[in-house]
Amino acid sequence: MSLVHRLQTAMLLLAAVVLLACAAPASAQTPAAQPPSADLAPALEKIAADSYSDTEAALALLSTSTSPQAAVIVAALADGRLLIDAATKSVYVRAADGTLSAAATGATVSPAPAGLKAVRLNNRVRRAIDAASGALSLLAPEPARRAEAAAAVFKSRDAAALPTLQAAIAKETIPSVREALEQARAAILITAPGISEADRLGAVKLVTARGDQEALALLSNLPADATPAVKTTAEQGVAAINRSLAMWNVAQNVWYGLSLGSVLLLAAIGLAITFGVMGVINMAHGEMVMLGAYTTYMVQDVIRTSYPGLFGWSLAIALPLAFLFTALVGILIERLVIRFLYGRALETLLATWGLSLMLQQAVRTIFGPTNKEVGAPSWMSGAFQVGQLSITYNRLWIIVFALIVFVALLVVLKRTSLGLYVRAVTQNRRMAAAMGIRTGRIDALTFGLGSGIAGIAGVALSQIDNVSPNLGQGYIIDSFMVVVFGGVGNLWGTLVGAFTLGIANKLLEPFAGAVLGKIVLLVCIILFIQKRPRGLFALKGRAVEA
Amino acid sequence: MEPIAQSLLYLDNISVVFDGFRALNKLSLTIEEAEMRAIIGPNGAGKTTMMDVITGKTRPTAGEALFAGVHDLTTMDEADIAQLGIGRKFQTPTVFDMHTVEDNLLLAVKSDRRAFANISWRRTSHEKARIGELLERIRLKDQRHRKAAELSHGQKQWLEIGMLLAQEPRLLLVDEPAAGMTDQETADTADLLRDIARTRSVVVVEHDMQFVRDLDVKVTVLHEGSVLAEGSLDQVSANERVIEVYLGR
Amino acid sequence: MNGSGILDRRGTIFIVLVLAAGVLVPASNLLLSPSSPFYVSDYLVPLLGKYLCYALLAVAVDLVWGYCGVLSLGHGAFFALGGYAMGMYLMRQIGARGVYGNPVLPDFMVFLNYKELPWFWLGFNHFPFAALMVLLVPGALAFLFGWFAFRSRVTGVYLSIITQAMTFALMLAFFRNDMGFGGNNGLTDFKDILGFPITAGTTRGALFFASAIALVGGYLICRGLVVSKYGKVLVAVRDAESRTRFLGYKVANYKLLAWTLSAMLAGVAGALYVPQVGIINPGEFAPANSIETVIWVAVGGRGTLVGAALGALVVNAGKTWFTGVLPEAWLFALGALFVVVTLFLPRGIIGLWGDVSERLRKPKPDQVPEAEAPAKAAE
Repeated sequence: MSLVHRLQTAMLLLAAVVLLACAAPASAQTPAAQPPSADLAPALEKIAADSYSDTEAALALLSTSTSPQAAVIVAALADGRLLIDAATKSVYVRAADGTLSAAATGATVSPAPAGLKAVRLNNRVRRAIDAASGALSLLAPEPARRAEAAAAVFKSRDAAALPTLQAAIAKETIPSVREALEQARAAILITAPGISEADRLGAVKLVTARGDQEALALLSNLPADATPAVKTTAEQGVAAINRSLAMWNVAQNVWYGLSLGSVLLLAAIGLAITFGVMGVINMAHGEMVMLGAYTTYMVQDVIRTSYPGLFGWSLAIALPLAFLFTALVGILIERLVIRFLYGRALETLLATWGLSLMLQQAVRTIFGPTNKEVGAPSWMSGAFQVGQLSITYNRLWIIVFALIVFVALLVVLKRTSLGLYVRAVTQNRRMAAAMGIRTGRIDALTFGLGSGIAGIAGVALSQIDNVSPNLGQGYIIDSFMVVVFGGVGNLWGTLVGAFTLGIANKLLEPFAGAVLGKIVLLVCIILFIQKRPRGLFALKGRAVEA
Repeated sequence: MEPIAQSLLYLDNISVVFDGFRALNKLSLTIEEAEMRAIIGPNGAGKTTMMDVITGKTRPTAGEALFAGVHDLTTMDEADIAQLGIGRKFQTPTVFDMHTVEDNLLLAVKSDRRAFANISWRRTSHEKARIGELLERIRLKDQRHRKAAELSHGQKQWLEIGMLLAQEPRLLLVDEPAAGMTDQETADTADLLRDIARTRSVVVVEHDMQFVRDLDVKVTVLHEGSVLAEGSLDQVSANERVIEVYLGR
Repeated sequence: MNGSGILDRRGTIFIVLVLAAGVLVPASNLLLSPSSPFYVSDYLVPLLGKYLCYALLAVAVDLVWGYCGVLSLGHGAFFALGGYAMGMYLMRQIGARGVYGNPVLPDFMVFLNYKELPWFWLGFNHFPFAALMVLLVPGALAFLFGWFAFRSRVTGVYLSIITQAMTFALMLAFFRNDMGFGGNNGLTDFKDILGFPITAGTTRGALFFASAIALVGGYLICRGLVVSKYGKVLVAVRDAESRTRFLGYKVANYKLLAWTLSAMLAGVAGALYVPQVGIINPGEFAPANSIETVIWVAVGGRGTLVGAALGALVVNAGKTWFTGVLPEAWLFALGALFVVVTLFLPRGIIGLWGDVSERLRKPKPDQVPEAEAPAKAAE
């Protein structure tokens, strides 16, 4: 029997079945049964032939089928649940729960015929299955799966999917999915041989509009038979994509810079209080950050062992604890050491450096020298996409958090009585004392505030950095640079300084590399400080002399 | 160079602006050779800023400052201006606490100021004689080997004036020399300054009206960064606007 | 601090002791039998030599901090640069004896696929050139840095912080492999110096002696400076910078001279240090090292030169002892030292000694708080 002849018989048979199915009322026995599609029969016939090449050909047919059964058949084939009855040349699908149904209609068959065997697979067939299931997903009822399938086709550029794509585009109603489908079609039109120039030109334009790395790869590898017009358009497209990618690249680096800037801001903002407002050089500031991070670790440790349900709240619980703990340590340091050293900035620097060594060693002795695991609650993990930008939630929250801390601190200094006292003591200690302000207490509280803020910075930084005894050391020089660069005694300067340095650092990195970029930046700051010794937002006039 | 002006110090239309705040506003002032001038004015009138401009500590935003008719003070730094012959005494006595009285004067005595020259320096008999003479004049002969830190407030003021004299300046700027002194010390200081003014120009900034009266010289009243009145103390005291400013009407 | 001549009593004792050690330590190592109670072991000679280098570094820091008020948190950089200059000479001396047997390129360059010697390595096979670089490289960096910093009147903690940033930047730079200085591993596996095997007892003895001479020489140079009128101006700058300026002194030049000289002395210290410890790596640039040097000076007594050297010896001996017996406790001890010295011993051991001897001589504690009697008039 020739192929054509066999097809004809099959068609006739199918037509008869369709007519029967339409004429007869739906039988109660097969409620889920579908009317068998005309395009399924030849495929099933090939499957029933049970040779690898026939199965492959059948998959090609299935992939363009519009019947919902096609996907069921392909999935069953992939899992080895597609069975054939060698005697009757019928094909059945066994569901995961063991029930058997006819492949063509989905009607349940029982009892199961004897002597069923699974359709055999080899690697070529498996590849064909993948392609077919991809093509079939293009018609899946869920939009997300359709978009996913379109992306897969865009990558594979499998010309066999073209008819399905056409069908999918024709009935697609969701614009974003439709766009993905059209891009997938364009990818095929560009790469497949023998496509008309007009079709290709349109496709090139569509792909150019997509504008990412994959579009770039596609346009740079035109098939040999591309006409000059197509080639030129593609080249223009490549240039356009490169331009837009460069822009996105800058945007991505600016984002990284904002992220680094927020980290710097968090680390430096407490320093801006102790150094900027009080004039105290606290070299142990980094260790306050480190203690905050270890507080987070301790909180999570307790939660893990005793209250696992609270894990999502661990950071919220750690924040006040870290603030209180580090503020307390700060107050102790101020009362025990620093208060004896006011007016002797260089001595303060040395003494606090000594304290930082002791704090580091203390943590190392208690917790060991290795990194501690601090987990991220679910709302801190994952990422989302904005254009070509990938934005992670933890970085985003840290930026938001840094800004909240900054604003809170501004409010505390500008609007509360503590802030008023702090400013009074800073500006004229003797006068403040004469007005009944207990300057010693204000000093301790101010230092505690600066330390406490370092502590909550530590909670945030535990999410993106290794929690080890050396955590603080990595921040101290950068933090001082931020405060000095921004202008001492000016919180806004610290804000601008942190983000300027963060962004400058990340924008330099692509040209100079991470280490060299940092060196360049340090040298720039050194030169800058020499040009403007009082920083970006310097106080001028009489205040400087005070 | 031809002298542009005959006066020793010539300030013309000097303005200094800090962040929008006008510390000096088109101030003009001339001091003649061997003249003593008292400068008075309420707080914030710009007295210290004027001294800062003359000594190179602050650059004026606008205006002209000439010394001896040829030297443009607005382009020179403190050390150059000091070497030119302008000495300055601060409001709070500033001496080198860890040095002896004698060494304080030694550092001030007019000499080569270059770093390398001072490495191979040997004390000359001229320097010795000069220091002896100054110690006599500021009445610190018995204290010559004591550290400056151990001196009383009045003694420090005098030591600083002695250091000023050691520089052999043509113009001395003296900021509140009588502050914190006893009445006797104040009178002695006035005598000393009058004595100095015989050969040099002296500008004294002072709040103490009795002290200004003792000096008995021409008075310039500053207000909000510019000159409000000039003349003898009696003249300016009678000036309507001066009274207004001082009594705050 | 204003002793009249270059050699006061304290200085003389110091010089005699250092020179005596310079002769006796190598001699006892080479001449005495290991069973003798006075024998100095092969391990001890380079260790003590290292202390002498640290002492010279401390003297250099004291010149700028004690007398000029410039607290450098970056002198480790000058020390390390001097060390690298010497290390480069020693690397070139290895010749074809390296693992890869390349007669020109040091092993790490062969490993990193260098085809030829980078230009800045040229000349380092000659000792006089290397010795010159030991002085010039730290000196030039210090001059450049100081020229900018002092002219724009960066002072106090700002200056300290940017010196720290300077050494930090250099550390990052030297950690990079493509800087051409051996990256992370630095320079090591030295074979000989001036033709003598570097680990031989006699070479070690000679290096120890050279370190002692360098310490004495460095001390005398600094001492000569601080007792001159230049030194008086320096102290004046430290105590009242703007007053000094209004007296007509170009403060920046005074600072720059002391600063550059100090950096060169630090370079010499580093150059002598490297052959005795056998390695130089970017870790020497770590900001922590520079701060530790400052505490040696503070422990011994700031502004006394001898105290700085003494502090370096005492603290490092303590470090060696602690890290041997109680390694965990060393950082606690060092940290506590920083706090205790700044709070209770602002004038260090020398100051404490002065107070104690003062009190023993005449029991009147309310007398002059200064350790030293006012200097007699120079004649």
